[in-house]
Amino acid sequence: MTNQYQNIPAEKFQFVQRSDIGHDKKFDTKPVSYFQGAFRRFCKNKGAVVGGIVISFLILFAIFAPFFTPYTVPYYDATYMYTPPRLEIFANSNIDFWDGCKVKNANYITYLKDVALMQEIGQDVIKNGEYTVSEDGSLYTYRFDAYHGVGFGKYKIISPEEFAAIQQYQNDTGKQVLYPVVPFSDRKNMQEKNKYDANIYYEVENLKASVLRPKTDKDGNIIPNYWKYTEEDKSSLVADYNSLRIEGEDGVQENGKTYYYAYGRKVDGGIEVRAEYYEYYTYTHTQVKKDGISEPNFIFGTDKNGKDILTCLANGARFSFIFASVVAAVNFIVGVIWGSISGYFGGKLDLAMERFCEILGSVPSMIVITLLQFHLGALILEHGWFQLSNIQNVLVLFIAFFATGWIGMAGTTRMQFYRFKNQEYVLAARTLGAGDARIMFKHIFPNGIGTIVTRVALAIPSMIYSETSLTYLGIINLDAGRITSVGTMIAKGKDSITAGAAYAAFFPCIFLVLMMLSFNLFGNGMRDAFNPSLRGSEE
Amino acid sequence: MYMFKYVTKRLGLMLFTFVIIFTMCFVLIKLLPIPTNALPGQDPIVVMKTLEGRGWITNIQEGTNGVWTYDRVPILIQYGNYIKRIVTEGDFGIATTYGEYLNMDLWEVFTDHLPPTILINIYSTLIGVPIGLGLGILAALKKNKWQDQVINVFIILLISVPSIVLALMLQYVFCFKLGWFPLSMLTSDQYFSWPVFHSMLPAVFALCLGSIAGYARYTRAELSEVLTGEFMLLARTKGLTKRQAIFRHAMRNSMVVIFPSILSEFVGVLSGSLIIEQMFGINGVGGLYLGAITAKDYDFFMLLSGFYTLVGLTAGIVIDISYGFIDPRIRMGAK
Repeated sequence: MTNQYQNIPAEKFQFVQRSDIGHDKKFDTKPVSYFQGAFRRFCKNKGAVVGGIVISFLILFAIFAPFFTPYTVPYYDATYMYTPPRLEIFANSNIDFWDGCKVKNANYITYLKDVALMQEIGQDVIKNGEYTVSEDGSLYTYRFDAYHGVGFGKYKIISPEEFAAIQQYQNDTGKQVLYPVVPFSDRKNMQEKNKYDANIYYEVENLKASVLRPKTDKDGNIIPNYWKYTEEDKSSLVADYNSLRIEGEDGVQENGKTYYYAYGRKVDGGIEVRAEYYEYYTYTHTQVKKDGISEPNFIFGTDKNGKDILTCLANGARFSFIFASVVAAVNFIVGVIWGSISGYFGGKLDLAMERFCEILGSVPSMIVITLLQFHLGALILEHGWFQLSNIQNVLVLFIAFFATGWIGMAGTTRMQFYRFKNQEYVLAARTLGAGDARIMFKHIFPNGIGTIVTRVALAIPSMIYSETSLTYLGIINLDAGRITSVGTMIAKGKDSITAGAAYAAFFPCIFLVLMMLSFNLFGNGMRDAFNPSLRGSEE
Repeated sequence: MYMFKYVTKRLGLMLFTFVIIFTMCFVLIKLLPIPTNALPGQDPIVVMKTLEGRGWITNIQEGTNGVWTYDRVPILIQYGNYIKRIVTEGDFGIATTYGEYLNMDLWEVFTDHLPPTILINIYSTLIGVPIGLGLGILAALKKNKWQDQVINVFIILLISVPSIVLALMLQYVFCFKLGWFPLSMLTSDQYFSWPVFHSMLPAVFALCLGSIAGYARYTRAELSEVLTGEFMLLARTKGLTKRQAIFRHAMRNSMVVIFPSILSEFVGVLSGSLIIEQMFGINGVGGLYLGAITAKDYDFFMLLSGFYTLVGLTAGIVIDISYGFIDPRIRMGAK
């Protein structure tokens, strides 16, 4: 740099004004507060952000899923037990996944029966009618639609009013619920277990056999064996029917006479009918119960009692989240108060409080829960307070989790207080006349809050996990009324594995894994974010 | 000498805690109504007399309508009786309401169920420790390389996936789908015969997966810190090969932290995992505990809670004390 002015003329000089003195400039950038910095560090951590998103998704699922399914927790339908998951999109497209079908390995007779059902109701009970046969021809493998595949079940005896109502429903919607019955003269020769089986509408090889084998004609078609009557000699047992008739049956011409199929047989106490369960289910739920359920469609399938897994899971998750948050909040409050007193005052008080925590903390939580369960049970028996076992169990869980949960919080808070209580700014505050309470909650606590909050965030998943294990083990049983829990569902799902319905365990497990994984990532991210020593290390 | 003092102090403190918990448990149990209802096929007088013989009730009288009345012995005297019988005869009582083991000596039933629980945990430690340490060492030596990344993901997954789900997955895949193992453990006391050992394996694997992840994470963290130490540089400078330096110097130093945790886990696992035992049908202490609380067999509950509490406390103290023995630099309890 060369000097431009070799000789500066005197008139160029000016007196400096006081206002011209250069002060330190104000920062152009905005100051970053502790929490802003923490938030920024948190956002840089991809895993933590993903964890947070997954958590919010799970919470949304727990809150809103029960509103979008028509099913409720007490709902069950034993006919639709172990029904595989079915998602409309997959079921309507031709993908062999999530379509409400299960792979069925069957012998020829079972296969033939499914074909017969398919022929009668006109639904793809065997998906697309496709099947493979094993090499020796004994085993038929195909995708079996578990929704329409439930077939007819037993013969139903319904009242004449219901019979009329179903006919009305059929006329209105054009859906076939009732199908022609089989002449009783044939049925009465069958074995007891087959006599009332409404799935058998066809001619069989041997009526007396234990497993009935459908007869087929030359083309391999099933031969129906419906009860036929003519208008002239209508039996007095035939119930009047003037509704939808099965396809191609508008009076069957035979030997120059017109025959009709009978759709109901009058018996003592009503009319015996063959009702296809899928349509009958739809009819009862839309017309009789009016509970918002239309056709059976279980997105996550059903368990061994025929409960809807999606609804149960969402409700269980909702309970877990609410419960864990409430317990965490209570633990937080009590733990902070206990820990701050113990940490701030120190000395003998601290020692006594620490011993107390230590002893309480060494009682295995299982023992606390068992003792509480015993005592509360005995108290309730004695006083006859409330009869709902759910309230008792929730109370036991709450007290037990509180009894051992706050200790950790107190320990963390105590450490934070030890860290800050001898720092200069605290001394300054005290010199200026601040009281103990003010120093504790205005000066020390805000500094430690990051660590403490992280501790709360990490306590929630472990609480949910403990709750799940306890309900899984059956020590606490929350599965009654409108509450259920993920642990109970996993325990039920474990039984379902041997029944070939692994999805009953799969969905609760997936929920638990996702929740634990995302909470761990989220919590770790939070811990790093609130760690001020990492400040600036990310740049 | 200070070490001895420290250990005695810790042990005394532990004993104190244990006695408090045990007494509290006893008092809380004794405050409950005494289950005097006879099981089917049991004579009520026998039930009453048994309870009287145990020293819980006195003054039994049969009322007019077949209702029995009795007086309760004061709880402290009951406690005295209880402790006396344990100390002098090693008698923890008999099962009064646990149908399966009715009138059997509790201590015997308990010791009968201990071997499966302990064996599973020993096997799991035997498998878990070498694998866990190996993975941890590998990850530390290859820090920030792909091996480390893979192991890290593996660790995070194993730690985050709850053991219920892990065990269920193992059972589904290996026992149900592949059929390699039976669904639950065989009930036989030939614990060392091949079929029984074979049926134990899924539970062992389920149990060790969690500890593998724990050891691997711990070892990785410790070892990678030790490896940056200056004495490692010195070791290499004086001519040791990398292998020698790692095994003779780095490993030993990192073990100071890892070994106590292995010890403590070994003690801790004696209490077993209720979930694993329940899932794989292991006839161990966990199942006994669940059965005892379902049947409300209070004496059984006392014995088992005492056991669990003791194991928990011991596991805690083992860590503390073993630090002092392993690492001469640490002077426990020093001011």
